[in-house]
Amino acid sequence: MSAPALEAAPPLARPRAAALLWPVVGAITALLVLLPTSALPGWMWKLPPSWKLPLAGEVSAFVKWLVDSAALGPLAFIDLTRAIAWVLDWPLALARALLVAGFTTGQGSQAVQWFPPLPWFAVVFLAVALAARVGGWRLALLMGAGLGYLLVFGQWASAMVTLASVLVAAPLAVAGGLMVGIACHRSPRAEKAITPLLDLAQTVPVFAYLVPILVLFGFGPVSAMIATILYALPPMVRIAAAAFRAVPEEVVALARMSGCTRRQFTWKVLVPTARPALMLGVNQVILLTLNMVIIASMIGAGGLGYDVLTALRRLAIGAGIEAGLAITVLAILLDRLAQAMARASERGRHHGARAPRRYWLPVLAVSAALWLAAFLAPPLATFPDSLQLSTAAWWDEWVRWINITFFDTLDAFKNAVLLNLLVPVKRFMLALPWPWVALVAAFAGWRAGGAGLALGALAGVLFIVFVGLWEYAALTLYLCGVSVLVAVTLGVPIGIFASGRERLWRAVEVAIDTLQTLPSFVYLIPIVMLFRVGDFTAMIAIVLYAIAPAIRYTAHGLRGVPAPLVEAGIANGCTRTQLLTRIKLPLALPDMLLGVNQTIMLALSMLVITALVGTRDLGQEVYSALAKADVGRGVVAGLCVAIIAMVADRLISAAALRLKRRLGLS
Amino acid sequence: MPSSADAPVLACRHVSKLYGHGAARFLDGRAAPEEMAAAGVIPAVIDVNLAIGRGETFVIMGLSGSGKSTLVRCLAGLIEPTGGEVLFEGRDLFALPERELIQLRRHRMGMVFQHFALLPHLTVLGNVAFPLDVQGMPKAQREARAREMIELVGLKGREAYFPRELSGGQQQRVGIARSLAADPELWFLDEPFSALDPLIRREMQDELKRLQAILNKTIVFITHDFDEAVRLADRIAIMKDGRLVQVGTAEELILHPASDYVRAFTRDAPRAKILTARAILRTPGPDEAGIAGMVPASTPIAGFAQQVEATDKPFAVVEDGRILGVIDRRAMMDVLVGRDLAGPAEPGP
Ligand SMILES: Nc1ncnc2c1ncn2[C@@H]1O[C@H](COP(=O)(O)OP(=O)(O)OP(=O)(O)O)[C@@H](O)[C@H]1O
Ligand SMILES: [Mg+2]
Repeated sequence: MSAPALEAAPPLARPRAAALLWPVVGAITALLVLLPTSALPGWMWKLPPSWKLPLAGEVSAFVKWLVDSAALGPLAFIDLTRAIAWVLDWPLALARALLVAGFTTGQGSQAVQWFPPLPWFAVVFLAVALAARVGGWRLALLMGAGLGYLLVFGQWASAMVTLASVLVAAPLAVAGGLMVGIACHRSPRAEKAITPLLDLAQTVPVFAYLVPILVLFGFGPVSAMIATILYALPPMVRIAAAAFRAVPEEVVALARMSGCTRRQFTWKVLVPTARPALMLGVNQVILLTLNMVIIASMIGAGGLGYDVLTALRRLAIGAGIEAGLAITVLAILLDRLAQAMARASERGRHHGARAPRRYWLPVLAVSAALWLAAFLAPPLATFPDSLQLSTAAWWDEWVRWINITFFDTLDAFKNAVLLNLLVPVKRFMLALPWPWVALVAAFAGWRAGGAGLALGALAGVLFIVFVGLWEYAALTLYLCGVSVLVAVTLGVPIGIFASGRERLWRAVEVAIDTLQTLPSFVYLIPIVMLFRVGDFTAMIAIVLYAIAPAIRYTAHGLRGVPAPLVEAGIANGCTRTQLLTRIKLPLALPDMLLGVNQTIMLALSMLVITALVGTRDLGQEVYSALAKADVGRGVVAGLCVAIIAMVADRLISAAALRLKRRLGLS
Repeated sequence: MPSSADAPVLACRHVSKLYGHGAARFLDGRAAPEEMAAAGVIPAVIDVNLAIGRGETFVIMGLSGSGKSTLVRCLAGLIEPTGGEVLFEGRDLFALPERELIQLRRHRMGMVFQHFALLPHLTVLGNVAFPLDVQGMPKAQREARAREMIELVGLKGREAYFPRELSGGQQQRVGIARSLAADPELWFLDEPFSALDPLIRREMQDELKRLQAILNKTIVFITHDFDEAVRLADRIAIMKDGRLVQVGTAEELILHPASDYVRAFTRDAPRAKILTARAILRTPGPDEAGIAGMVPASTPIAGFAQQVEATDKPFAVVEDGRILGVIDRRAMMDVLVGRDLAGPAEPGP
């Protein structure tokens, strides 16, 4: 048989050539970096001002035109945005009246409250009753404990402000995402049009679209809510679209054979069948909404987010951690409640639950009575001070103690990492001439995914260069690259180690879930306390935030290796190590690459937030644009971050796909 | 009704379904399979002609991938054929306005699916009532009807269960009850029992026969199990690579297979139970000795084998008091063991 031998020849020869390719690229890179700067023309690092595209100015001018003079006939554009804000303000105002401000008439200082908001005991009673109804006593207990935390630690007032906006924003984001998902399902053309927008929305850092929202909708809770919805909606769309795609073909055929109209199909078959998967989307929306709470407070959301932000600015660690934990508590409570409600609606109907009316009428009556009590005796409505406590001082004390006791150690550690890792990488990145980077990006794109990807990568790099942000981008790549490197070096071994040990893995999973639920700002606080501001602090925060996928995907990949292959390895006499290196790791590699991909995405999104601790990259550019309400600068810098994210994502996904094919896994 | 009693309820003319881009240019059927494969076109159904009569149980058989599901989906109007037409009571199914097609499906067609296709969020009652809900029937009325259907398939008492709380056989009973809820005239079943284990499968086949005896629907049934086909079918169609190879009764397929492919399907069939006296009789020779007894023409061989075995003499095959011919021990054994049949058999290709 000669045919197989002939076919086998090229794949053998190919890896050898390929193995040479990247070392050559590396060698040239090293050469370029080591070359004295005078050997190459200066524009290769810093573009002369006359070459730059004035994109930022144009975007600013465009938005200014929108606000000042754009009109559709008699309807000015700004009226349109005002109308949107007005419509969204209604539910928000209602929720705030219920939970925060009470029902008032009059404006500002003349406002007269003629009925108070729901007092804390009424809210607790209602929430616990709801939790008990949908999730049994366990959930009721969790609810009671969570709300108790908010009360005892003095977070109640802020938490209600946050809750009011979340209670409006999350359902709107879910409903909006569902609608867009349905539209995508009905029309492939709509899906094609929407997918790139989703990509963009998920990679542009939030700060970048805060600026235009600020300009178009003004400072205040409504703007904050719009930003939150925009932030939380894309994942819902994606999850909905995927959930609909996964509805079995037979079920679709059944719907048609039963004579469903399109609307009946959507609401009686598609959405209910996909509901378990859609609940994942609801979970994501709730987490993202609460993740956004702090950022949203920069444009006027108030509440817990504002507390964290001011604590961070004052470096008041205890206050910051308490408010941050309060956000996490809210996230957990809302998420568990939503999950339980979904399950209850599936289960409840026949297993003899009490009729809804017989449960809810008394509950609502009691709540109303409690509310009335607060109206008649206003002092009741405030949680007694004597029952409140704060750990803020304790936290502060603790950090001070660590700082004093370990100052030298911490400082030495920080300096060692700075000198040996951060600074060299930074120098290296800044010494790279951009034409070479563009070339390498294009080459990598071509190798991984063909001409299209090559062109895309090239165009992306050139965009960044010609809007004049190359230097910032290089700094972004440096900080992000180092953080990803550290996250992967730590995360992959943890994943490998935990994957084979059932109990340990469960513990690790809980730990990384928690890390991801905590709003990203919360990490910053203790780290800043220990290491003060700077790149090192930013790196640690990014690593903490981005390490989860590196661990998760590694373990997933290893645990997903088909059992027969492992058994074949054992049968052939592999040792444990051989089993890992010869069989499991190669097969898990595509999954691990996806994990690295996710790590990069998370690192980039955290990067922008670390601008608060004084980094000097694209994130800082976006953040200071926000501070100055400079729309064009913010949008352009945001686009650059999005480009880096998208190019990295496409390159790695393409590489993972190729690898998968080579391993015969797809 | 536009047609006479024995006009076909469902017919298809030159129906072809080719998957892939620009598949229509291969419709003339002249292209070689390799050519189509090179163009990325998959021929799932090729030039099928069929006519299914009212009240008939029509079984479609074939190996996996032979195009059975595709054909039945064309017949049910779920996928539009690349070429040819499907006629329901003489009217082209795909020329009907959307509204009429929906009405047709709501009231006159029902389908049972291989993997049950139960809606996970509805109880047994909700699933069975689903087609009626879609029609807009009031709740009390549709639930009453659904309860009847649930009782009919023997699931009384499980109305409030969810699909995931039922066994495979029970789930398929729900699927059957649901497809019957709207009292369709035309009933499609795509491998309804393939996902079930042999015992339950047997039970479900009996169930189906019992239902058919009560309800008398026109049935299109898919299977790749010849035994199942034999138990249920009036006529059986055999498909291979998208083409219809042969259509006939089980007896015809066994006695006169059109090809080795068909013969392979019928090889292990329980002949003694399928073949009747009529199928194996021969005209008595002039020197035939006296007959040992009489056998009704429609009795399967198993019904008289012992008597015939016991003697050398032939038996007379009678129908309505007339003698149609005779059978003897030797002819019977030939047929039972599948030795090439003397007389009426045409040589297979
Ligand atoms: N949506 C589709 N796209 C492309 N090819 C398809 C599609 N559906 C079916 N086919 C092809 O059409 C051929 C017939 O498929 P079909 O499902 O009708 O077979 P079947 O006889 O029902 O098989 P089984 O017994 O396994 O259910 C197969 O080769 C299949 O690959
Ligand atoms: Mg099939």
